[in-house]
Amino acid sequence: MSDPSPPLFVDPEQPARLRAGGDWTLAEAQRLQAALTRAGPAEAVDARGIGQLDASGAMLLWRLCRQLGLEDEAPALREEHRPLFAAVSGICRNPPREIRRDWGLRALLGRIGWTVQDNAREIIALLGFGGQVLLTALRVAPRPGRWRITSIVAHMETVGIDAVPLVLLLSFMVGTVVAFLGAEVLADFGASIFVVELVGIAFLRELGVLLTAVLLAGRTASAFTAQIGAMQSGEEIDAIRTLGLDPIEVLVLPRLLALVLMLPLLAFLAMLAGIAGGVVVGATLLGIAPEMFIARFQETMELRHFLTGIAKAPVFAVVIALIGCLEGLQVQGTAQSVGERTTSSVVQTIALVILINAFAALWFMEMGW
Amino acid sequence: MSGEVPAIAVRGLVNAFGTQVVHEGLDLDVRRGEVLGVVGGSGSGKSVLMRSILGLRRPQAGSVRVFGVDALSRVAADRHAVERHTGVLFQGGALFSSLSVLENIALPMQEQLELDPDLLHALCWMKMRLAGLPSDAGHKLPAQLSGGMRKRAGLARALALDPPLLLLDEPTAGLDPVGAAAFDELLRSLKQALGLTVFLITHDLDTLYAVCDRVAVLAERRVLACAPLAEIERLEHPWVRQYFHGPRGRAARREV
Repeated sequence: MSDPSPPLFVDPEQPARLRAGGDWTLAEAQRLQAALTRAGPAEAVDARGIGQLDASGAMLLWRLCRQLGLEDEAPALREEHRPLFAAVSGICRNPPREIRRDWGLRALLGRIGWTVQDNAREIIALLGFGGQVLLTALRVAPRPGRWRITSIVAHMETVGIDAVPLVLLLSFMVGTVVAFLGAEVLADFGASIFVVELVGIAFLRELGVLLTAVLLAGRTASAFTAQIGAMQSGEEIDAIRTLGLDPIEVLVLPRLLALVLMLPLLAFLAMLAGIAGGVVVGATLLGIAPEMFIARFQETMELRHFLTGIAKAPVFAVVIALIGCLEGLQVQGTAQSVGERTTSSVVQTIALVILINAFAALWFMEMGW
Repeated sequence: MSGEVPAIAVRGLVNAFGTQVVHEGLDLDVRRGEVLGVVGGSGSGKSVLMRSILGLRRPQAGSVRVFGVDALSRVAADRHAVERHTGVLFQGGALFSSLSVLENIALPMQEQLELDPDLLHALCWMKMRLAGLPSDAGHKLPAQLSGGMRKRAGLARALALDPPLLLLDEPTAGLDPVGAAAFDELLRSLKQALGLTVFLITHDLDTLYAVCDRVAVLAERRVLACAPLAEIERLEHPWVRQYFHGPRGRAARREV
């Protein structure tokens, strides 16, 4: 099919005329473009020698005519190529307006402004959503018939029970690491036995619940956003509304309740697993027998450590559920939007959980709890 | 390429999902330069047929040739030749949602050819306009387009590589009658200007009457008939009679 003859050459009989030949197709476009730039001035174009012509080739042919200042007189064409050339040249007569994009300092400032505004709006939306959910909960509370027990239990299984192995494993691992790090330092003072207090207090007060919350932020907040986001983009949320149902009552409340019930339980398991990690490291590497570890644990540990730790669990649960669901409801149509919102929900929940935990630690310490 | 080889030749096609047989010994020819309308009830396997022709689905038996090349071949060069010769408009448009309209059209050209950015932009823009989109649509994302515009953008992307064969899956489904009529008109003018061969799946009787040269009726797991509309209308088959002589069929025929 490919023709060895050059796509453009000067007519040997008429020097003022350019003759086009070979295939003028998309596959040849780059070669044709090069030929166009080399083409000298001419008064007419004879395109009857063209074998195959497609839309791309027709556009290049029109460009050649424009370049030669022959826009108004069509080149000589074979019969079957005429409709195509007419259609394409009709389009090319109205070139696109160039859209100027600004990538400079102004754009930078603009984007900073938009981002700040977006974040402010996000915070307000979260607070508003929290209030909305609370009101809905209060409205539903006196009517047990609308508690959606099935849905709550199903979510309790997926967010709670299914997460148990992961929470146990990771907490155990962090427990061993904390014990090991502590022992390294404490051994210099001959105080290896204080590893018991270190691991105990760290897990009861902070790490047990914090690890669980960060894990669930990654595991559950993202799942909530993706589930609700997919429903949002499939117009299912709108369908729920038109059926006279409240998406917050149907979708958000069961997830929130399931998480509020399960996160403290998971946090408790995480505490146990972390301490178990300490026990194992103590027994194998530090020469602290498990009985001794547990006896000392009972002597020195106070209930308040556990209470200050576990008290944070429901708060984290609310944060994770609210952000996960809110981001899901803010999805707009496309799959890309679902992805963006899921990322944003994970980032927001982890950041907020760590932030709240830091403030809580400070507060509990100042209060002497 | 001799003119004798049909654009699409399907022979003895068998497609089954588990025990449910969709096609059984299906034969179909699409001649060069014609618009073939494919009709059939829901679940008669129109989309499955298209997916088999495109090689997206491997049938249990049978052969599919596109311009004489085996579309089911495992040789990469054959597959590539088929891909270069076909443009597809999927039902929902299947535009890449993270790319603008022009970027969607540019993507196949960027991947398959080496072109200057300027030339590439000009070609994309020309194809966008060829599909009947206004010039300010180029930088919009698919989500910002209306249903009709999305179909046109999908058509522009299908035309990106200047394929001689176009496969369209229900191009007018979900469009309002005005938009659907405009799309029919666009198809007709494109077919005339570009000399396209079109394989057109449709439920839309108006489209059938407006643009199709021949119509293939899919029923009973095979092509029941493949002929010009006038002949199909006279067919004594219960489904065909209901389809063309029901209230909607009569209305569409009256308009022509």
